Amino acid sequence: MAIAAEPIDIAARRDPSASVVNLRDSPLAVHELTVSYGEKPAVFSVDTMVPPQSMTAIIGPNGAGKSTLLKAALGIVPRLSGRVTVFGQPVEKAMHRIAYVPQRASVDWDFPTRVIDVVLMGLYRELGLVRLVRRNHRERALSCLERVGMADFADRQIGQLSGGQQQRVFLARALAQNADLYLLDEPFAGVDAATEKAIIDVLKSLKAEQRTVVCVHHDLATVADYFDHVLLINVRKIAEGPVATVFTGENLQKTYGGRLATTHIDQLKLPVG
Amino acid sequence: MSSIFLNALVLQSGYNAALVALGAALLGIAAGSGGTFLFLRKRALVSDAVAHATLPGVGLAFMIMVAFGGDGRNLIGLLLGSAVTAGLGLLAVEWITRRTRLAEDAAIGAVLSVFFGVGIVFLTIIQSMSSGNQAGLEGFLLGSTAGMLFRDAVVIAVGGALAVAVVILLRRPMTLVAFDTEFAATAGINVRRMDLAMMGLVMAVTVIGLKLVGLILIVAMLIIPPVTARFWTERTDRVIWIGGAVGGVSGYLGAAISASAPNLPTGPIIVLVSFGLFVLSLLFAPRRGMLAALFRRRRFQLRVHRRQGLLALAHNEPIFDRLTLSVLSREGLIRQDQVPTEKGRAQAAKALRDEKRWAVARQLYADEAVEGRYDGLTPIETVLTWDEIAEIDRVIGPPTAILS
Repeated sequence: MAIAAEPIDIAARRDPSASVVNLRDSPLAVHELTVSYGEKPAVFSVDTMVPPQSMTAIIGPNGAGKSTLLKAALGIVPRLSGRVTVFGQPVEKAMHRIAYVPQRASVDWDFPTRVIDVVLMGLYRELGLVRLVRRNHRERALSCLERVGMADFADRQIGQLSGGQQQRVFLARALAQNADLYLLDEPFAGVDAATEKAIIDVLKSLKAEQRTVVCVHHDLATVADYFDHVLLINVRKIAEGPVATVFTGENLQKTYGGRLATTHIDQLKLPVG
Repeated sequence: MSSIFLNALVLQSGYNAALVALGAALLGIAAGSGGTFLFLRKRALVSDAVAHATLPGVGLAFMIMVAFGGDGRNLIGLLLGSAVTAGLGLLAVEWITRRTRLAEDAAIGAVLSVFFGVGIVFLTIIQSMSSGNQAGLEGFLLGSTAGMLFRDAVVIAVGGALAVAVVILLRRPMTLVAFDTEFAATAGINVRRMDLAMMGLVMAVTVIGLKLVGLILIVAMLIIPPVTARFWTERTDRVIWIGGAVGGVSGYLGAAISASAPNLPTGPIIVLVSFGLFVLSLLFAPRRGMLAALFRRRRFQLRVHRRQGLLALAHNEPIFDRLTLSVLSREGLIRQDQVPTEKGRAQAAKALRDEKRWAVARQLYADEAVEGRYDGLTPIETVLTWDEIAEIDRVIGPPTAILS
């Protein structure tokens, strides 16, 4: 089989002209973004600049607007104000360089579709309306499933999967998109330990391939292990920067307020300083 | 009666009956496949609002055509009129849902009844008009086949073929939107436009089906076939094909049945035939059908009771559950007096050993591949290799015999 599961193989297939042009620009820059579902802003005037080839965690309490920030950046949720650029281009023009992994709970898993079909959805931009799904598409989808350890499940109906397996299928679909910027909404929510390991391994390999990963994340205990950058928000931006300097007890206290006990913060593997 | 039905089935009971049967089959195919995405997008009832919103258009078109001195019953004119108000109704539902805090069901209820009410008012006015030949307009409510012309069949054939072509062309983006709207939006699909295309499709099918089945029952032709198809497959593309086939067969059979006896209304019979196919699928579909589900559940229940019974024997505990007792005695694992037989003791020992092996295995292999397979029923040898089991047995020690 010509398709190997090696990440480098997929990286090589990328259109070089598309990747080189502006890899130095921030993969995701948000300026004064405000989103509101009614009269009360869910995200208020947030500025952020995700560094290239970083792994960034968006952190904050429930209802802090983490997912909303991602969705508004992508235009899934209307923006009240603000500008979003992706690799220096307006986000609308750069959508083909983004792969988005929604929350698992956002879809109906009894939908009549198989695992492989879901991954093939990641090739939609390539297949368009009329192009037939050929063997090489199928093999690429399978190699993406291979990377998340789900190749044996290709022909299963998606409803028969466990939560962790569903999440891995979603990640495989994003891999099929072969993007430069990966945006994931709570990829570790409610998954088993094996899946968590599989997902973080894939995300780290994406970083090794010079891609950028941004996750909405809720588990403070794993932030320092998994990510190199953090964005702390609670409707407004609290802080952003490298984990080593920004992921501090003081900043967490500011982000979570009284909702995070001091003892809890003490238990976290916080960088010294 | 039966020979009349057979004649109708092979299009031998007259020109009109043959036209109706072919038209109904084509309409069924278009509606069955076109309704698939409506069903998968969970917006089935929007089609009801659209269908009811055709009525004022029919009345208006009639009045306008009469006012300009034409034939008020010109089919193309009536259908154009119905399409216009159906479109307005659709936009009204969309607008109310997007711009107000009302949910879609409330918007549907409001639009459906208001448009239908206006339509009935128009029909009443028309009935009191002296000019124009207004007979037959009520046929748009429940459908009528009496005066079906070749031209009407052509309208259905052309419109239906276009609808099917649109379904085939847009099946990929529509599937994406129905499954995962957020992802679809990021994959370069204009979700709003795709939803409008879907509703446009529904509108087209409704309009071409108005004359034959009427606006009240057309919803059934859009929804029942894909719902029926869903019982037979786990793949979206097949739901489309099977849905089209169910719709086509229902249309053809329904038309043939209604032609085989006087006073059998075509539209309602078509709906009843497709309902029959739905019930058959609901009961007998191999995986998703009710009988299959009942059977699976019963088999699982028996496995659970068998296992519980064996473990009770192994631990020398009394068994009180009657189902457990009957499962064990039916397999010859216990005697009448509930004392385990030779075979029962052997199986109980195996079950106990299996449990112990699982307990060790779940500590050794704390990953999903092993841990996730433990349900208290799966024999460990179907998950681990014999080498791995031998490893576990070294930890447990030799098997214990079960004494009666």
